[in-house]
Amino acid sequence: MSVARTLRALPTLLRIGVAETVAYRGEFLVWILTTTLPLVMLGLWTSVAKEAPFQGYASQDFVAYYLAALIVRNLTGSWVAWQISEEIRLGSMSMRLLRPVHPMIAFAAGHVAAIPFRSLVVLPIAVVLLVSSGASALTTEPLQLALIVPSLALAWLITFSVLFAIGTLAFFVTKAMALLNLYFGLFSLLSGYLLPLPLLPAAIARIAEYSPFRFMLSVPIELMTRPMATRELAELLALQTGWAVATLALALWLWRLGVRRFEAVGG
Amino acid sequence: MIRARELVKHFRVHKRPPGFAAAMKSLVRRHYEGVKAIDGVSFEIQRGERVGFLGPNGAGKTTTLKVLAGLLHPTSGEVEVEGHTPYKRQTAFLEKITLVMGQKSQLIWDLPPSETYAMNRAIFDVPHAEFTKTLDELTQLLDLAPLLDKPTRQLSLGERMKCELAAALLHRPTTLFLDEPTIGLDVAMQLAIRDFIRSYNQRHDATVLLTSHYMDDVVALCPRIIVIDSGTLIHDGDLRGLIKAMDPDKRVSFTLTSGVTDAQLAAVGTVLAREGQRITLKVPEREIATAVGHLLGTLETTDLAIEDPPLEEILRVMFGRSREAKAEAKDAR
Repeated sequence: MSVARTLRALPTLLRIGVAETVAYRGEFLVWILTTTLPLVMLGLWTSVAKEAPFQGYASQDFVAYYLAALIVRNLTGSWVAWQISEEIRLGSMSMRLLRPVHPMIAFAAGHVAAIPFRSLVVLPIAVVLLVSSGASALTTEPLQLALIVPSLALAWLITFSVLFAIGTLAFFVTKAMALLNLYFGLFSLLSGYLLPLPLLPAAIARIAEYSPFRFMLSVPIELMTRPMATRELAELLALQTGWAVATLALALWLWRLGVRRFEAVGG
Repeated sequence: MIRARELVKHFRVHKRPPGFAAAMKSLVRRHYEGVKAIDGVSFEIQRGERVGFLGPNGAGKTTTLKVLAGLLHPTSGEVEVEGHTPYKRQTAFLEKITLVMGQKSQLIWDLPPSETYAMNRAIFDVPHAEFTKTLDELTQLLDLAPLLDKPTRQLSLGERMKCELAAALLHRPTTLFLDEPTIGLDVAMQLAIRDFIRSYNQRHDATVLLTSHYMDDVVALCPRIIVIDSGTLIHDGDLRGLIKAMDPDKRVSFTLTSGVTDAQLAAVGTVLAREGQRITLKVPEREIATAVGHLLGTLETTDLAIEDPPLEEILRVMFGRSREAKAEAKDAR
């Protein structure tokens, strides 16, 4: 399908995505409830750091960190792996393959359409964050502030691509979703979802630094909460872009292999 | 136009005997077996034809439709639909065809069908004016007006099927692959769908390839039938011709209004069924006039009907013969 044609279809795909988000109210609520882990961690760590800072993190640093984590997770979360595996399992993937639009575009449109609704949840948290933490635990540098949005977009793309790739595994194995538990375990540890990466044991922190997980969550949080030199900013954004391109390429490649297998064995 | 030449599709399926030990063993070593879903099928279908595709369960009907629609890559052989190689799934090809599977849905489950239609319009890049015109036509033909704005999940099976058909036809495809489009529907709904398919075929000169478990669908819609069994083609041709060739005798059913002896009935034809006063006889075609004259004149009968033998019966005989022939061929080897 040509680019011009995809662009013409996009507004309708986004509109339908919004309609779907609104229709799945229950699911939406459940999703929000399942992303409250940062709040639990926030409670835990602020009480630890109540008397004295813990490894350089004061109580208000933890508040800023976990509220920022909640924002990033809400804006970048993806459920595409479940969608793909369900469609393969139920056979509706066949119908999708007969439409002249790349399924990745169609799934992505549905995800992007949900972002405004997720923002409704995120905005009040952002306000609480600003009021409670103040400038001391947050970034004030204009360039760094400006880069938060592209960094969030890249984090979204990496998360979407990784979960898209996991979803395509359902083309090859029947219970691909078992892999999601493994993914979520690694993600929680290496992305900074459970605790800030500097608090991890040195060896694990090193792995985290070179893994794509950091760029799915920790990097935008770092941009919001930790002052950085321009050089470090540039490096992080360049690395994040690299991961976005790599994971997107991986997802598309696995998709092609998966569809070829689907054509060979049926679904 | 649809053309399949020496089409073959083999699958590899994982097999294991029942039981815990076998389950554990299959973790380490898997035993695969080749299944010949389609085994060298050739046919040609011209633009505008309505063709019934028949065969017992597992004969390879759905696999063939999926190959023709581009969802499956054939193992070997050639296939061409409207000048395209289906499995490449080029946009120009996808715009010309549609596949309706009675057991699978393309409607968005929690939204009304009108939303799926809007999405298909955008994806297939149908101009707004043309879309409105087609949707109006489909709404009228399928009586969709009360259904368009109800969430799909609240529709009955029959209502959903009508909406599925409309979703599949909004881009005005000229080749329709219909796999069990009337499955699970009541008789009235079956008739409505059947009428609709015929009228779409006539209005748009569309090619229709239909599979159905309901022989009435096939008899009513398809002048030509292709029969496959175990992946091979066992008949391709005119439906009436097939019936005549397989069983030229007619079925004469009537209700007796007074007593009749078996000998009296045997003089008219072979008794196939006798349920109370309702009797069905098998009568050679050339003796029909005499038989009917006798039944109406000498014996006291009402509700007399003359029909072709049911297609189910013909197919049962055909599949039996095809299996015997295969078994013989195997023995001979």
